[in-house]
Amino acid sequence: MKNKSLSFTPHPPAMTSGLQKLALTVSGIGIVMVLVAGMARKALATVPVLWTALGLITIGVVLFIRSEYSRQPAGIRNNGVWFRSLSARGIWAWLVAVVLTGFYTALYFGPEKWFAGLTELFSPLSQMLRGRAADKWFVYGGLYTFSVLVMGLKFGFKYRHNRYQVLRTVSVSFFQLGFAFLVPAFMQLMNQPEFYFSYFWPLKDWYGTPSAVQYFSKFGIGPFLLLFGALMTFVATPVLTYFFGKRWYCSWVCGCGGLAETAGDPFRHLSDKSLKAWRLERWMIHSVLVAVVLMTALLWLNSWQKGGILGDFSRSFAQWYGYLIGMAFSGVVGVGFYPLMGSRVWCRFGCPQAAILGLLQKKRSKFRITVNGSQCISCGNCSTYCEMGIDVRHYAQRGQDVVRASCVGCGICAAVCPRGVLRLEGAGLDAGQRAEYLRNTKEPA
Amino acid sequence: MKIVILGNGISGITAARYIRKRSDHEIVVVSDESDEFFSRTALMYVYMGHMRERDIRPYEPWFWDKNRIRRQRARIARIDVAAKILYGTGGQEIGYDKLILATGSLPNRFGWPGQELDGVHSLYHLQDLEAMERHSAGLQRAVIVGGGLIGVEMAEMFHSRKIPVTFLVRESSFWNMVLPSEESAMVNRHLLEHHIDLRLSTELEAVLDDGQGKCRAAVTTSGETIDCGFVGLTVGVSPNIGFLRDAPLETNRGILVNTYLETNLPDIYAIGDCAELRDPQPGRRAIEAVWYTGRMMGEALAYTLTGDRTAYDPGIWFNSAKFFDIEYQVYGTITPDLPETQASLYWEHPDGRKSIRLNYERSAGRILGFNLMGIRYRQEVCEKWLHAGTSVETVLQQLGLANFDPEFSTQYECALIEQYNRQTGKSLRLRQKRSLPAVLQFLGNEK
Repeated sequence: MKNKSLSFTPHPPAMTSGLQKLALTVSGIGIVMVLVAGMARKALATVPVLWTALGLITIGVVLFIRSEYSRQPAGIRNNGVWFRSLSARGIWAWLVAVVLTGFYTALYFGPEKWFAGLTELFSPLSQMLRGRAADKWFVYGGLYTFSVLVMGLKFGFKYRHNRYQVLRTVSVSFFQLGFAFLVPAFMQLMNQPEFYFSYFWPLKDWYGTPSAVQYFSKFGIGPFLLLFGALMTFVATPVLTYFFGKRWYCSWVCGCGGLAETAGDPFRHLSDKSLKAWRLERWMIHSVLVAVVLMTALLWLNSWQKGGILGDFSRSFAQWYGYLIGMAFSGVVGVGFYPLMGSRVWCRFGCPQAAILGLLQKKRSKFRITVNGSQCISCGNCSTYCEMGIDVRHYAQRGQDVVRASCVGCGICAAVCPRGVLRLEGAGLDAGQRAEYLRNTKEPA
Repeated sequence: MKIVILGNGISGITAARYIRKRSDHEIVVVSDESDEFFSRTALMYVYMGHMRERDIRPYEPWFWDKNRIRRQRARIARIDVAAKILYGTGGQEIGYDKLILATGSLPNRFGWPGQELDGVHSLYHLQDLEAMERHSAGLQRAVIVGGGLIGVEMAEMFHSRKIPVTFLVRESSFWNMVLPSEESAMVNRHLLEHHIDLRLSTELEAVLDDGQGKCRAAVTTSGETIDCGFVGLTVGVSPNIGFLRDAPLETNRGILVNTYLETNLPDIYAIGDCAELRDPQPGRRAIEAVWYTGRMMGEALAYTLTGDRTAYDPGIWFNSAKFFDIEYQVYGTITPDLPETQASLYWEHPDGRKSIRLNYERSAGRILGFNLMGIRYRQEVCEKWLHAGTSVETVLQQLGLANFDPEFSTQYECALIEQYNRQTGKSLRLRQKRSLPAVLQFLGNEK
């Protein structure tokens, strides 16, 4: 067998109790109900059906929380993470990956009519919130927000002894529900544009293009929205990142991060920690950043020249960026591959916002993870549970501050450390300076 | 120069890394246990499913070739110190110019009847983990003998698989030859909270055979027979030096070394668990079988072997552990029985799972030690206070400097000061809250 680490457990111990299987079954029935109602169209697409389905999913998760976490003392509970099929790339993981990938492919590239049943199911809610029938994007937003809230409950219970984790989970849930779901819906109800206050250029690449400026200018509130977007990108981002690191966004506000930190938490350990993966990561994420800057510049040049020089080139460039990066990468791969490559594939390898925040964090930020003297025992929990694939142990066992562009500041490394070695903080010195100081004073290879 | 390191634990590997960093000597690391260096302290997490075996290896496979550290799998049967050759049980001959003995420990066994049965194991080697795994399927109960750090780890391991555990502890309270009584009682309570069947003041009498060479039950000194398919022996470790019996090497319990980690023979050194210091520093033991001292010895010796003769200086004592969910850190001297000349300031959280203890000289107030349960303190800060012999009142007022708990967690420095004020009638107050810039300034390591 190539993977020698499996030799210990030729038959992984059964970690899932009967009650937990029941809980998963209840949740599973809820999920199946949503799908069946979606397919049965009118016959089942009723308000009670939707609430029953979502209710069953929630009850299942709550039952699971009770059995796995809240009926024993608070503490780190990663027991059996590498034994369970779903969290250890077993058959269930592949099944979920296929279903998620399929769902995202259908969502982005399939026609609206494939979602006709689901949109009917969600239409009453959509009518209530935004005064119009649901479309597939409203269905997606609803399910996404629901996932963040319900799995956020699970995450919050798992780390209930750690106030940083609890507050962070409340924060991502709040921003997802409020700023990425309710506020855009209300704005539509008020006949205003659907605007997401928690996303800015370049992650929301369209907000930086001439067509967005043209579109928002049609509304009275438009100039305010455009000003808000510009301020977030050019002022708030560097200032907040200087004080807090990129975590102010990536693990406290962002919706992609919100899903990763909640629904994605059971898969965080699957990220690749090798040096090779780090090299690939730097190439990929910065390439995407260059692509989005180039695309935006071309669109503006084209709009200024009224298509004089570039013709249709900038538009097709933007179209391809949308297909490849916006849909295939951030959606299909980004979430579809959760059970195989961990919860932060997009954030780590693709997100241009993360690229900018990362450069700022590395060069112009007080944020770092400090190491407590020589207390590290090189156990590897920190590296294993880093969703961004940072080999935290590499730094910890040398007593070196962790200053890495990709760190989203989720704080799990510090939480799972059995010796209290890691702490997230902001020093009075620039990250680069202090890191250099430590590199020059601490040894070796 | 060819340096052969016998043993690929933390001591041997640390020596190898620092030698490579500072020289071009040929380095060979010989191990009987495994090809890969792994963190021994993390074995428990592999069994518990937190990590895979490969996750507890601190370096990627390419690391060794890149740093020209050759690894050889062999069990050494004897050493010819005159010819400078190691002889392996498989017929290997490994010559050396300098030899570093870093062979670690072996778990103790005190001659209990039935201790050789299948299903009676310790927790030290990779092979022990395999044995635990082998016996876990269908296991109805495990009995663990020995109230120390490894015993509590083993209890947590079985508990994670929902296997009931009976924990036999010789002492009247868990680890009370190290922990003061309040902290020790806290661990007792926590073990019970996790439904560990804790038997204090109880020892093992014998292990019973099921007729097929496998363990069937454990008999305690109180005469009780406890049915169990596994008995864990975690009653301390001793230096692994059996194979050196014929060599002209001076040994006592371990291999005797001076402060430069040199044995009585030229070009042979010993570090880590297997080394016994001839002249340990006052208040320190001659053998300290912990991860941290092994690492420090490896580093010190590497300096010596690369032209910079360096004495081993363990510095101020520190250690850490985790008892199920309660983290433990210690800095400086904390003795379970307080000498007349010392005073102790102890505060415990009402939830009974966190505590802070400061021990200090009764007369001059010099700070002597920090003992923490469920709370994290910064090592460099505590060390500096301990080095300087800062007075306990200064420490208390500056205590925020030591706080290393996660952001937003409640800070208990004020509670500790109130406790001090109640005990002494003083009216101190906290002058420095938690702050990294203040810490950096205090430590003076800013450029």
